[in-house]
Order: sequence, then C-alpha cells, then structure tokens
Amino acid sequence: MEKLEPAKDRLLKSKKNWLDGEIRGNILVIMCAVIMISATISITIFLGTKGLQSFIKNGVSLIEFITSTHWNPTNQAKPEYGALPFIFGSFAVTFLSAIVAAPLGIGGAIFMTEIAPSWGRKILQPVIELLVGIPSVVYGFIGLTVLVPFIREHVGGLGFSLLSGTIVLSIMILPTVTTIATDAMSSLPKNLREGSYALGATRWQTIRKVLIPAALPTLLTAIVLGMARAFGEALAVQMVIGNVRDLPTSLLDASATLTTIITLNMGHTTYGSIENNTLWSMGLILLIMSFAFILLIRYLSSRRKM
Amino acid sequence: MKSYKKLSLALTLAALMVFVAACGGGASTDKNEGTSNKDNKTGALSGSLTVSGSSAMQPLVAAAAEEFMAENPKVDVQVNAGGSGTGLSQVAEGSVQIGNSDVFAEEKEGIPADKLVDHKVAVVGMTAAVNPKVGIKDIKKADLIKVFTGKITNWKELGGADQKIVLVNRPDSSGTRAVFNKFALDGATPAEGITEDSSNTVKKILNETEGAIGYLAFSYFTDDTVTALAIDGVKPTEENVQSGQFPVWAYQHSYTKGEATDLAKAFLDYLMSDDIQNTLLKEQGYLPVTKMKVERDAEGNQKDL
Repeated sequence: MEKLEPAKDRLLKSKKNWLDGEIRGNILVIMCAVIMISATISITIFLGTKGLQSFIKNGVSLIEFITSTHWNPTNQAKPEYGALPFIFGSFAVTFLSAIVAAPLGIGGAIFMTEIAPSWGRKILQPVIELLVGIPSVVYGFIGLTVLVPFIREHVGGLGFSLLSGTIVLSIMILPTVTTIATDAMSSLPKNLREGSYALGATRWQTIRKVLIPAALPTLLTAIVLGMARAFGEALAVQMVIGNVRDLPTSLLDASATLTTIITLNMGHTTYGSIENNTLWSMGLILLIMSFAFILLIRYLSSRRKM
Repeated sequence: MKSYKKLSLALTLAALMVFVAACGGGASTDKNEGTSNKDNKTGALSGSLTVSGSSAMQPLVAAAAEEFMAENPKVDVQVNAGGSGTGLSQVAEGSVQIGNSDVFAEEKEGIPADKLVDHKVAVVGMTAAVNPKVGIKDIKKADLIKVFTGKITNWKELGGADQKIVLVNRPDSSGTRAVFNKFALDGATPAEGITEDSSNTVKKILNETEGAIGYLAFSYFTDDTVTALAIDGVKPTEENVQSGQFPVWAYQHSYTKGEATDLAKAFLDYLMSDDIQNTLLKEQGYLPVTKMKVERDAEGNQKDL
C-alpha cells in the first residue's frame, strides 16, 4: 500500500485546487444574490415609473385617486378615477381574514406543539401542507360553486360578498399563519414550560400566561405574513367577491379589491392609455403596502430580540 | 471534487443562460419571428407566426391555426390570449404579426389606428340573458335600458316573476360590455352590479341567481340554463343579425401593422376561406362575416351591403 502523504503537504499541494473551488463557489453564490437583488430593484423601479405615470403624464389627481369613491374610467365625457372602494375592499378582506385565520392558526399551532405533539402533528401537518398545495383558482372555483350559493341561501344577499371573500382568503392564509406559529411555539426553550409547571401552573395556564406571551412577536409576524398574502391574492377573491365598485356597507355586500380590478381590466386596456396607467398605479399601491407589511414584520421581529 | 466542479460549472452555465434569456428575450423575439419564406420548389409556406389578443377569439383562431398547420406542416402559428388591449398594443409595437380584437382599434385609446389594417374575420351576436325563473322572453329596448340603468328594480314591473333584478356586468374596458352598451343600451351607462369577465362565469351566475340579468354571446345559449331575450320582438338569431334586424353584434377583428404580408396574409386568407367561414366558425358559435347583409363602421353606423 502506498504511504499516505502527511496532511500538511497534501493541503499545501492542493491549495490551488482548493482556492479555485472556493472562488467559483463564491462567484456562484454572489451571482444568485445579485440576480435576486437586481430583479427586486428593477421591478420596484419599473412599477414606480409605470405607477406614477397616471399622475404625472395623464394628470390624474392623486387625492382623487385615493379618496374618491367614483371609478368610471371609460366614461368619455367625464372619466373618474377614484380607487377608494378598491383600496377599502383590499384592506377589509385582509383584516377580516386575518381576524378569522389568526385564532384558528395559532390554536392549531398550540394543539400541534403543546396538546398533542405526536399524533396531532402527524395529522395536522400534512393537512396544512395540502392546503398550501391547492392552487388559488381551485379555491376560487370551490368558493364560487359551494360558498356563494350557500351564503345566498342561508345568510342572505347575493352570495357574492365581502363575507365570501373573507372566508376563502382565511382558508388560504391559514397554512402560512399555522406553520410560522408552530415554529414559534416549538422553538420556545423547554425550561419555560418546565419552570411554569414547577410553579404549579396547569397546562392551560402555562400556555396562556407563559408560552403565548413569550412567542407573541413571532406569532404577530405569522399574522402579518398571512395578511400580506391575503392582500396580494387576486384570482380566488375575484371569483367570489362580485367586483362591484361601490363601497360595501355590510359584510353581505359585493365589493372589489385592487387586485381583482387589475386582473379584470388589464388585458382589455391598451398600453399607455390612462386606464392602463391607473391600473399600474393600483399595482404600485399593492407594492407599497407589501413594503409596509415587511417593515412591520421587521419591527416585530426586532422587538423579539430585545 | 471533480464531479463537484462539473456540477458547479453546469450550475453556473444554467444560471447564466437563464439570466441572458431573461434579459434578451424581449428584444430578440420580434426579429426572429414573422420571417417566412416561400419554398420555390413546392410553393409550400414555412416560418412562424405569432397571434395575440382577444381571449374570446382565441379558441376560434387557435382551431383555425391548427388546421392551417396541418395543411402547411412547415408553418408554426402561436395563438396567445391576453385581451383585446394587449393584442392591439402588441401588434402596434410590432411584437406580434396579428393582433385580435373584439372592438375597432379606433375605439381604444393610445392605438395608432391609421397604421393598422383591419381584417374582419367573424361576427358575434350577443343579447341580454336572464335566469329562466324570471319568466320573460322578450323585452323592449327602452325597458332593457331602464333595467340596466337601475330604473326598474323588480321583474314584476315588466310582467315577470316578483323577483329583484340583479345585474351582472362586464369590466369597464371589456369589448363585450362596450358593444352591449352601445347597441343594446344606446350608450347608457349601466348601474353598478356584479362584474365578471368570463362568459362562462356570467352564465353560471345567471343560472344560479334569482332575478339575474346579464349578456352573453349567442354561442353560450346551447341549453336552457339561461333564457336569451328577444329585443323589441326580434329574436336573437343568426338570420336576424345577418339581415341587420337584430342590433347587438360586433365584428371580430384581426389587425396587422400595415398590409398583411407573406405568412400573415396567407393565414388571414385562410380564415376568410369558405372552408373556415362555413364550418369552423359555426362550430365555435360565430357568424360568418362573408354572409353579412349589412356592414358597420367604427362609429357604429350601419348600412346595407
């Protein structure tokens, strides 16, 4: 058998090879990062210039755009560009669905981590993963076929309503909320639980008084991430919300969101027309809102470190 | 180590290729496509053609393209659907050879209509449709306008069932909406109602919702799930549209930038051939443009042929 070279010589000899690999790996990873960053920046710039065009070039008033409730872009004589009903609709479905999904998601997370960590997780985890995998158009179609007639017959109204949109969105963001909440709960140090039990607290007292407050910043992050997804969802909402451009006065009124108006109209409008530009402006609002959501998440997770 | 290096090289190349393709894609497509050569020996067509536009026309044009490609095996015709606005914009900027639209280019803002050449390939008739339980089959135009502008809110005022009227509209910029507003509502702006883009969804809603009224192309009246309304006693039939008696119809346009050349011309000629006009169009629920006894211009003025 050949005598093995001493490790020191071997390392010295292969230094060039080693260096080559190192550099190559470095370049590869940097390139990935550069592509991701430049994609984000260019989308932001593009959306910024496109979205501002309706205000700068077409002279649509920004105040009118975000405060007026009259949306009538095809009226030749007196076109109106008030997007408030859509902005309101977007926020309404987002917050309502967060109100529904947050308790459910956090409850599910507590069930998985505290109550039944073994069999509960075994059942709930695949169920949640399955929910993620269902495409949004399928959610929309189920909503249109099952939920809308159900609400029309048993609750009232037309069926196409804020309520339908809220229910569909809640189910769609449930996996996001549950998964992150589960991670938050299971990453809590064991001694928190043990300390609480040692003080004589019951399981429910431990969960309510110790674990939830400790995990709160991450739980809030989970909810905000879910809201960000709800805010941007278009297809499923469009199929059940009715797309009416009046401000809704009740949960059973049909409504519209920024995303549904964009998807309904984008293909019909011509590039560069005022109507097309106002749709881009709505896209810009969506982008600004998603930045706001990210800032909120950053703020929440920085609070956790303190 | 060696296999790792190969892998990393392959990965780097793949990443580069994706990057280059993403950057160069937009600029290079229009140069390569649309080139067609006549093979001198056989006279057969070859090359590729990209068609984009109206999603309502997509099934028709795609079906025609399939038959066209079967007859000319060297030809590749791509038919995309992105909406009339997209089709007109893309043909005007030259990124596709044919742009389909269900409205005149003159009616769309920001399109250089004088640079585009209109090829009317089909006619589509449409009419108001109601939930069958509403119980009316005929409506006066004046009443139809009152229904859509919200002046009449219950069907019993028109002799139908005691049901609240539920409007089902199309998006503001939709060509179907534009045609219906212009020729069925005489330009009146409809009151607010549920808005859906897809005709199938509209049909589904009309069928399921008590008192609902919307509008659909003739091709969707294949069963009795919705009731098509006659307007002023004129039944929504092919013959009545062709003779000009039934007012609510529109051309399906294929636009080219400048006169159609080579492959685009061959394909448009093919669309206008008796073969397509008399068989495929009917199958897809359109009316042949060749049999129209009236014609209409972009302003909507109708005259006998």
